[in-house]
Amino acid sequence: MRISWTGLIPLILFLALSGAFAIGLTKDPSKLPSQMIDHPFPEFSLPDLLDMEKTIDQSYFEGQVTLVNIFGSWCVACEQEHPMLMKLARNNEIRILGVNWRDTVEKGRDWLARGGNPYTRIVFDADSMLAIDLGVTGAPESFIVDKKGQIRYKYIGPITEKIWRDELKPFVLMLEAEQ
Amino acid sequence: MRVILTIFVTLIISLFMVFPALAQTPSEAEIELRAKEVGQALRCVVCQNQPIEESDASLAQDMRKLVRARIRNGDSNEEVIAFMRDRYGDFVLLKPPMQANTYLLWFAPAVLLGFFLFWYVVRVRRKPANIETQTLTDDELKRFNELSNNQEMQGSERQGQKIQGQKIQGHDT
Repeated sequence: MRISWTGLIPLILFLALSGAFAIGLTKDPSKLPSQMIDHPFPEFSLPDLLDMEKTIDQSYFEGQVTLVNIFGSWCVACEQEHPMLMKLARNNEIRILGVNWRDTVEKGRDWLARGGNPYTRIVFDADSMLAIDLGVTGAPESFIVDKKGQIRYKYIGPITEKIWRDELKPFVLMLEAEQ
Repeated sequence: MRVILTIFVTLIISLFMVFPALAQTPSEAEIELRAKEVGQALRCVVCQNQPIEESDASLAQDMRKLVRARIRNGDSNEEVIAFMRDRYGDFVLLKPPMQANTYLLWFAPAVLLGFFLFWYVVRVRRKPANIETQTLTDDELKRFNELSNNQEMQGSERQGQKIQGQKIQGHDT
């Protein structure tokens, strides 16, 4: 029997499309690739949640590797992440700058009073001024900023023990070794 | 005379400097109109397929505020869109830009349509024209007519039998 190769074209097209869709399904559309990697941390000047008279700006990053963590009292996943951040702070693993996003001063402070405060300082960002500059789409989101104030890594979602150990810590150690 | 000329030229130049400044402070109505236009072009990044102008998401609300603030400060619509694109990437644009990684998206429909039209013309339409036809010779035509007459007669005979059959059945009941 002679095989008609042209007859196979629809089948091949079907398989190719199925393959493309199958790959597409494995990608989470809510996870956008960050535009900010290897860009300087955006300029900002926002109040400190715990002392609204004072402001924090990008000069904070100079000389030390920092984990920037976006959170809010309204954010359920942040609650899940919180104990891990507390552990990082207890063990002096890394300096953590909090960004209290779309929150009220009262609710933000209450939240920290309940679960503890793992942050060295907390930027109060009620109107997404810094969040939009960072291209943030949800909380929690975390950025690793190097000693020169460049954003080097972005992690979307709660940081877990495994994520820290396998993904973030090796990267932080590498950045700390940089001059 | 030179003094007067200098004053005149200075005045003209300063006028040119004042006019753009006046143009840069748009009225509130104009800001709103332009912000709506920009807001329709920007995708709400937390709700997938909705412009920020139509979304109730809190991040979209803040983005709308920021769009208005930037227009008020003298940004052009394109500058505001570029600002958002710098932060959220191409995803924030509801209309995909024409660039290397979107050529396929933009041109594939036209290319495919062209390809199928070409294929249709070359393969499908020309095929019948390629079949060689031969007319019947006189003898063959005669034979054909005989055969087709024969067939007609046989057909009417069968029909007759059928009618008879029905009649017989009719008698039984």
